[in-house]
Amino acid sequence: MFDFWGVFNRKSSSKDVAKDRLKLVLVHDRVNCSTQVLEMLKTDIIRVISNYMEIDEDGLDINITETMSEEKGVNVPMLYANIPIKSIHKGNKA
Amino acid sequence: MSEVIVITSGKGGVGKTTTSANLGTGLAMQGKKVAMIDADIGLRNLDVIMGLENRIVYDLIDVVEGNCRLKQALIKDKKYESLFLLPAAQTRDKDAVSPEQMQKLCESLKEEGFDYIIIDCPAGIEQGFKNAIAGADRAIVVTTPEVSAVRDADRIIGMLEANELRNPKLILNRIRIDMVKKGDMMTMEDVTDILAVDILGIVPDDESIVISSNRGEPAVTDDNALAGKAYRNIVQRILGEEVPLLNLEEGKGFFGKLKKIFQKGN
Repeated sequence: MFDFWGVFNRKSSSKDVAKDRLKLVLVHDRVNCSTQVLEMLKTDIIRVISNYMEIDEDGLDINITETMSEEKGVNVPMLYANIPIKSIHKGNKA
Repeated sequence: MSEVIVITSGKGGVGKTTTSANLGTGLAMQGKKVAMIDADIGLRNLDVIMGLENRIVYDLIDVVEGNCRLKQALIKDKKYESLFLLPAAQTRDKDAVSPEQMQKLCESLKEEGFDYIIIDCPAGIEQGFKNAIAGADRAIVVTTPEVSAVRDADRIIGMLEANELRNPKLILNRIRIDMVKKGDMMTMEDVTDILAVDILGIVPDDESIVISSNRGEPAVTDDNALAGKAYRNIVQRILGEEVPLLNLEEGKGFFGKLKKIFQKGN
């Protein structure tokens, strides 16, 4: 049966929500990396990069996701870091 | 050749015991000599699902501790001559048996000439799980299309592979076709996409499972039950035959219901 109103219903179905949430939680489960470890990693990265440039700590996004490995042809965990730079000259001034 | 198959899931309440009972019975219906081991020590249930709770004299712990011979503890099924149950001890805990003892037990059952040894694994990832998988040749993971069950299944698959039980097969239990159609339940494709394992079968959420548990007669023996058919298909696949996945729409709708009425008349 064609679901006429479904076309206008932009809210995704609950099973898609379940699937997306599961995918994310399993990435973390599989690499066995707790949020605590991730938090420590984040602090260290900020500290190291701040030695060379000024970064936007509020806009910082560090997470573990999955990416397709070209070598192995399967999904592998990936550390994703998006670090906005405020000023790149900080390190040079010293 | 005999084979030890462990039925596991991680999460409790997804249908491990029901699956064990149905697959064990289904294999016996195909003429195989089958032993079912309830490895859920302290919380035994396979006996009630099989309707054999009144016949227990000795249990698994009695066997491993040498209080009785293996043959004395094996309970013969009510209906199928080649089907036996080794019940769990109810008054002990999971540390009362070791993985080495379970391995030895499985070896003894193989020597007794059983074609299949089905182990009903307890929920969790602790000692009971380690005992249950110790003597297994292959593993079946049972899950339902819920986030919690799928997450635990993923963890169990990882642990099975770490214990040299490679390529476990998946049974997706309690699918509700009405919810799947509305997009409110994950499908088999969704779950296999997430877990990256081969599917052994799908089982619908069927009233017949509750009724058959009430009676102590596994649904696989019920020709009219859709879940029974699902289990019979899975049994065929365990025996190495290629059977297409169950059509969950079967028996639904006007003609399906009409067909059912005529079937019942027979």
